Amino acid sequence: MESLDYSLVDWSRAQFALTAMYHWIFVPLTLGLGVIVSIMETIYYKTGNEEWKKITKFWMTLFGVNFAIGVATGIIMEFQFGTNWSNYSWFVGDIFGAPLAIEGVMAFFMESTFIAVMFFGWNKVGKGFHLASTWLTVIGATISALWILVANAWMQFPVGMTFNPDTVRNEMTDFWAVLFSPVAMNKFSHTVTSSWILGAAFVVGVSSWYLLKKREVSLAKKSIKIAAIFGFVGSILAAYTGDGSAYEVAQHQPMKLAAMESMFTGQKNAPLVIFGVLNPQKKAYDDGVEPYLYKVEVPSVLSYLANKDFNSFVPGINDLMMGGFPTKDTYGKEIMALSVKEKMASGKIAVQALSDYKKAKAEKNDSLAAVSKSLMEDNYANFGYGFIKDEKQVMPNVPMTCYSFHAMVVVGIFFIFFFLYLILASSKGWIENQKWILRLGILGTVMAYVGSQAGWIVAEVGRQPWVIQDIMPSYAAVSSIEVGAVQTTFFLFAILFTVLLVAEVGIMIRQIKKGAEH
Amino acid sequence: MKNWPYTLFRFYVDGFKNMKLGKTLWLIIGIKLFIMFFILKLFFFPDILNTKFKTEAQKADFVGKQLIDRK
Repeated sequence: MESLDYSLVDWSRAQFALTAMYHWIFVPLTLGLGVIVSIMETIYYKTGNEEWKKITKFWMTLFGVNFAIGVATGIIMEFQFGTNWSNYSWFVGDIFGAPLAIEGVMAFFMESTFIAVMFFGWNKVGKGFHLASTWLTVIGATISALWILVANAWMQFPVGMTFNPDTVRNEMTDFWAVLFSPVAMNKFSHTVTSSWILGAAFVVGVSSWYLLKKREVSLAKKSIKIAAIFGFVGSILAAYTGDGSAYEVAQHQPMKLAAMESMFTGQKNAPLVIFGVLNPQKKAYDDGVEPYLYKVEVPSVLSYLANKDFNSFVPGINDLMMGGFPTKDTYGKEIMALSVKEKMASGKIAVQALSDYKKAKAEKNDSLAAVSKSLMEDNYANFGYGFIKDEKQVMPNVPMTCYSFHAMVVVGIFFIFFFLYLILASSKGWIENQKWILRLGILGTVMAYVGSQAGWIVAEVGRQPWVIQDIMPSYAAVSSIEVGAVQTTFFLFAILFTVLLVAEVGIMIRQIKKGAEH
Repeated sequence: MKNWPYTLFRFYVDGFKNMKLGKTLWLIIGIKLFIMFFILKLFFFPDILNTKFKTEAQKADFVGKQLIDRK
């Protein structure tokens, strides 16, 4: 039996997290700022006002800087699939490969074609064609995001596939179930709308700096007006889609929801914590230590978020560990929840049945192979639990998940009111003279990035130990390679991405300081 | 539009020629892609299964054994 060094899993995860988080610095700004630039150009197209052309070109330049620095940074994650996560890459087969392949082709053709017209086409193509190219560039980027998020959503809620023990692969049986899974749709809409917030916050932040410096006043005021309206719409939609995401998490990843709220004991009329300080003494689910030092709650709201019913029961971490509460299976059938130990027993049966099936096939014993296959299929829903050594491993990092979730929510709520106030201040002409709101506008850019990154920490840390929910833990997914090799590439990536980030920030600041006239 | 390939060619050539900031950005993109594909991918990120095995069946057997051994 192979004994894998857990530090290999930790370093492989750290490396993937590092590259994903750096990649996610660039992507949301492309998605959000791209729409704002398109709206600005639409105003220019409609009014023919040259000032709007100047404004559009200024923000388009910053869009171009971000796009150029960020382009292809996601490919590094694909390198890691083949090297660090080879078991996973094989195991997911075409389910993960198909969306990524479509993304690659779409991203290449749509973005590379239309972005050229967007930047080279001023005064060379018609205004309408240029406008269409700008919109198609950002639509292409958004569709690219769709395919990546579909692949990610499948890992959180695996549907539309059958495991083939001969190929040791999950094979896609229903493309539409994968594409239109409720988790995928919510993840896509929440990620895109939260990126709109970030794009709007960026425009407000840069414009606020101009107003504080009394430069580019007209550009800044007009830009804030557009960004505030767009950001407000994005904030409302992000809140709505976030509610949908929370519901899906409750249905398919209840452990993640419990970690988001640091809720160890489940209850009916479960409250939502709106502010709290976690108890650092809480180390394990069964140590009897209170999870919070202090908290402020709103009664029954978590029950409503989780099940759309204020009176419903929401399981805590202890309940999920011990089982024995009424719940529903994947098909919506009422069942009694299994304990983690029972799932581990079921998972070990599934993995052993795979082993027996392989042996039986090698010995050409078809009847034994059929029995083993049937046994494996019956227990496949818990296949990943077969690799869990200690039941405590199925509990994610609760403080990181909980604080990240609340940071994301606070940032989201802040932006609803912030953008609403900006709309009012812009329409009343107050904005120039209110230095506090301009300073808050600059701070808002940082807050938007914090909120955006925090959202991904909730999604990815909260689902640990699972690479594929209940089917494959990171321990089984990782390649058996030298820890030192992963550490070396971790630091190489850290240096590369930091240099890229410094380049982006440096070029951005230089362009912003130059202003729209250049 | 009968000479559209040439027009398209000139569109890109003129676009690249008239770039200002774009030249710096393309330089960054070029260096980045070189580091990614000719250093990182080539020397640090081999595709483990493709390097070790030739056939799909060999890869399936290897991954199957890895999973079974880790239970």
